[in-house]
Parts: sequence; C-alpha cells; structure tokens
Amino acid sequence: MIAPGQLRYLRRRVVNAVILSVSLLTVAFALFFLAWILWTLLSNGLGHITLNVFTQMTPPPGSKGGLLNAIAGSLFMVIMATLIGTPVGILAGTYLAEFGRTGWLAPTTRFINDILLSAPSIVIGLFVYEIMVRRVGHFSGWAGAFALGLIVLPVVVRTTENMLHLVPNTLREAAAALGAPQWKIVVMVSYRAARAGMLTGVLLAVARISGETAPLLFTALNNQFWSNDLNGPMASLAVIIFQFAMSPYEDWHHLAWAGALLITLFVLGLNILARSLFKKGSA
Amino acid sequence: MSDTHFQPRSKHVILDVLFRNTTKLFAFLVFATLFGILITLLVASLPALKAFGFGFFTSDAWNPVTVQFGALVPIYGTIVTSFLAMLLGIPVSFGIALFITELAPVWLKRPLGIAIELLAGIPSIIYGMWGLFVFAPWFADNLEPWINDNMGNWPVVGQFFQGPPMGIGMLTASFILAIMVIPFISSVMRDVFEIVPPLLKESAYGLGATTWEVVWNVVLPYTKVGVVGGIMLGLGRALGETMAVTFVIGNAHELSMSLLMPGNTISSALANEFTEAVGDVYTSSLITLGMVLFVITFIVLALAKLLLLQLASKEGKQS
Repeated sequence: MIAPGQLRYLRRRVVNAVILSVSLLTVAFALFFLAWILWTLLSNGLGHITLNVFTQMTPPPGSKGGLLNAIAGSLFMVIMATLIGTPVGILAGTYLAEFGRTGWLAPTTRFINDILLSAPSIVIGLFVYEIMVRRVGHFSGWAGAFALGLIVLPVVVRTTENMLHLVPNTLREAAAALGAPQWKIVVMVSYRAARAGMLTGVLLAVARISGETAPLLFTALNNQFWSNDLNGPMASLAVIIFQFAMSPYEDWHHLAWAGALLITLFVLGLNILARSLFKKGSA
Repeated sequence: MSDTHFQPRSKHVILDVLFRNTTKLFAFLVFATLFGILITLLVASLPALKAFGFGFFTSDAWNPVTVQFGALVPIYGTIVTSFLAMLLGIPVSFGIALFITELAPVWLKRPLGIAIELLAGIPSIIYGMWGLFVFAPWFADNLEPWINDNMGNWPVVGQFFQGPPMGIGMLTASFILAIMVIPFISSVMRDVFEIVPPLLKESAYGLGATTWEVVWNVVLPYTKVGVVGGIMLGLGRALGETMAVTFVIGNAHELSMSLLMPGNTISSALANEFTEAVGDVYTSSLITLGMVLFVITFIVLALAKLLLLQLASKEGKQS
C-alpha cells in the first residue's frame, strides 16, 4: 500500500526528473545544430581551400579562380569601418560612463544605443544607401565601410561604458586628490584600467561585421575584379558567398564553401580571442 | 590674477570643458543616428506612400510591371516566421538557461555557455548556406512528408501544414530563425536567473521543493519581467534577420496559407530586389518596407529594454 502523500511525493519527483531531462535535451539540441553547421562547413569547405583561393581573383563561372579580391575588399572595409566606428564609440561611451550622471542625454542615448545594437542591419544598409549611394550616384567601398561602421558603433559604445563602470571610483578619486584634471583622469587612469575590456569590445565588433552581408548589398555592392578604390563598388567575402551560393554553378559553390569556412573560422576565432583576453584583463 | 602662476590650471579647465563636450557631442551623435535613420527612411518612402496611400499596408499586390505594390505579403511573412521561431525558440532557450544555471556542474557552466554563444557568433550568411544546401533538403525528405501526413488533416489549422515538400518555405525559415535566436534569449534568461537572491531559492529547497518547483515558483516569478525582456530581444533579432531567411524562404510574393510554401519577409524582399529595383516608386516601396521593419523592431526592442530596466531597478532596490 502506498500512502497518498507518498504518491504525491513520487509524482513531484517524476515531474522534476522529466523536466530536467528535457532541459538536458534542449542543450543537446542546440549543441547538435552547432556541430552540424560546423561539420557542414568543414566537410564542404576544407577540400576547396587551396593556395588559389588566396592568390587569384573571383572567376567567371566555369573557370578556375580564387577569392583574393573578395578577401581584400572585406579587409579594407572592415578596417575602415573599425577606424570610423571605434573612436566615435569610445568617446560616446566615455560620456555615458564618466560625465553622464546628470541630464537627459546619457540615459536617452544609452537606451537608443541598445536599440541600435539589435537594429536590423539591412535597414542600416538602406539608410547608408539613401544618404551616400544615392547622393553620389554610385555604389562605393566607402559607403560599405560607413554602413559597417554604424554597426561597430553601438557595440563599442556599450562595452566602453560597461568597462569604464567597472573601474573602481577610488582610482579616480586618488588621481583627483593628486590634482589631476578630469580629462587626465579619464585618459590616463580610467582608459588604462579598462583597456583590456575596451579592446574586447572592438574585437567583438570586428567579429560581428566580418560576416555581415545585408548592409553591404546596397552600399559596396560587389565587384568581380581587384579594386583598391574605395570610391567604386567593392567585393566582400560575404557578398561573394551570397552571390556564388545562390548561383547554379558547381565551382562557384565550391568557392562559396571555402569562403564560408574562412569567414566562420575568422569570426569564431576572434570571438574566442576576445573572451580569453577579457578574462585575463579582468582577473 | 594676471600672474602666470594660475595659467597651467586654467589651461586644464579649458581642456576639461573641451574633453567633456567632445564626448558629449559624440554621445549626441549616437542619439541622433536613430532619428537620422527614421527621418531618412520616411522621406525616401514618401513617393510610395503618395502613390498608394494607406492602402499600401493592406494590399497584397507586388507587380513591378504595372507598378503596383503592397506590403501585406512581406509583413505577413515577417510576423509569421518570427512568431513560429519564437514558438520553438522560447522553450528551448528556457531549457538551456535552466540547465546551465541550476543543473550543470560548475566546471561545465562556462564551456557550455561559450558553446551556446558561438551559435550567435556564426554569421547569418552561414546559416543561410547551411539552410539552403543541407537543412532544406533534409527537411524536405524527412520532416515535411510527415508533417503533411500527420498534421495536414488537423481541423482548422490543417491547411497550414498542407503543401509540397520542397524544403524551401516559411517553415524552414522559421526553424532556422529559431536556432539563431536561441543564444540571444537563453543568454538573457541565464543572466536574469542568476540575479535571484540565493536566500529565496535556498528557502524553497529547505521546505523540500524540487529543482523544478524552485524554478517554476521562485525563480520565474522573480524574473518574469526580465524573461519577457529577453524574449522580446530575441523577437527583435528574428524580425530583422536577413541573410539566413533570404536563402531559404523562396522569395515569393504570394499570400498562401500553407507554411510549406515559399513566402517572403520584409528583409528578404529587400535583399533580393533592392539593387534590381527600377523606378522611383519601386525603390520607394522597398524603402517603405524597410521603414515598417525598423519601426516594428524599434517598438519591440524598446519594450524589451524597458522590461529589462524594470528588473534591474528591482534588483537595485533589493541589494
């Protein structure tokens, strides 16, 4: 005979066990897809990464070639975007963390920055198309870099602010007590203490824009040839992958897989590097 | 006060003011960006709004030849795919957050968290390629026939599940979206679960509650605002996701009940058609779609942020 109380206890135990097993399954579900995607990339991409990929231009369908112009274009635009977005982001983040204790600007900007952080990147592309491409009359690498810069910006603002908040106030007070003016406190004390974290933010931003495709479609467009002219249309790895993968040509698919593997390794590598850097910096 | 003794000091005062106002200017720039985007899109969408009026939002027409455009199909596609993605994404994210915060041994928490976050690091174009070449064919061969047979004859909702098993369509797009939003939602859930004061949880355990009962009756009620905030954040991501959806949704401007049929979302219509759009009204119609997307995501993300702020202030009061 089982007492009713015991039965209820058993039921609670069973419900608990079932739900906890399901939660284990959800973790397995997510990890399964991570593994599936990475495996797909490796098995399809690894065989097509040859020296040609790094030394030759994107080919017309049916002939051999590489991804050199796309890799170079991506590098150009990512570097320019980082150079545009980082200083603006750091200064804005500095205001939010160091000077924004009073007034409406800091809380409002913080709010808006968090929305920009998750805003659809394709809309950023439309915006840059309207203010740059349409004005000038042609697609350009600059427009692409600017669009990516707009995606870097909120990431850097957010991490800069967070990292500056982690700097103990006693450090600032100590500097102030020695008679340091405020700008010196920020630049020589706060920035120095938060350096590793701020760098993490920049790396994460670079990782984020390296794989971005949507904002480049209407800004940098694409280019089948080598171009170091930021004033003209420019190829990028992401857009080339999009074009090649959507095409019906087998050898374009192969190059797309090679490019996809390269981009993913680069982005995930940056992500892991950024994390380990921050862990060291905060320890 | 003319002696030079004070000069270095006044130099620093000027530098201070200069520095503070420079940072303020850049903060204002961030603030202004959002309104810059809104106003730019609004101005650029005027030609379409003038041509079609409010009917633009309720018309399912999309014909570049006769220059007739309506936003209904892409808006419907965006909302349906995001909704379905949430339907799958929310419980899975919740399970992951539950496992990592309450069940996993300490040494496993960090690597597991990083692995899940790597899912967020994979560029969306990779999801798209994988979706098109690997997942969609698998989906068409294995899951869609089953869905046809077993769910197609359900009353009322059956018509959603009838259709050719092509692999390309709204259901595939929703499924991939769900995987993409999981890391975002589960990471917010993890963060908010961790702010629950240990005292509350330990009290419940002390009364003999099981882990699930603690989560359901203590953790969730305490963090529900933040959980909803995380869900909204994921929803905002899903609504605006472009490349992954563009690969697998099929880009069809047709309103069809079946989720197995190709459809369209705002972002995939933009990605597919924008550079090929000819004429002011066509371009402007696409930009109007972009504006609609921006406004919807703005509202969703603003709500998410407000909810998370509310939880943060609650946490502040407790400590």
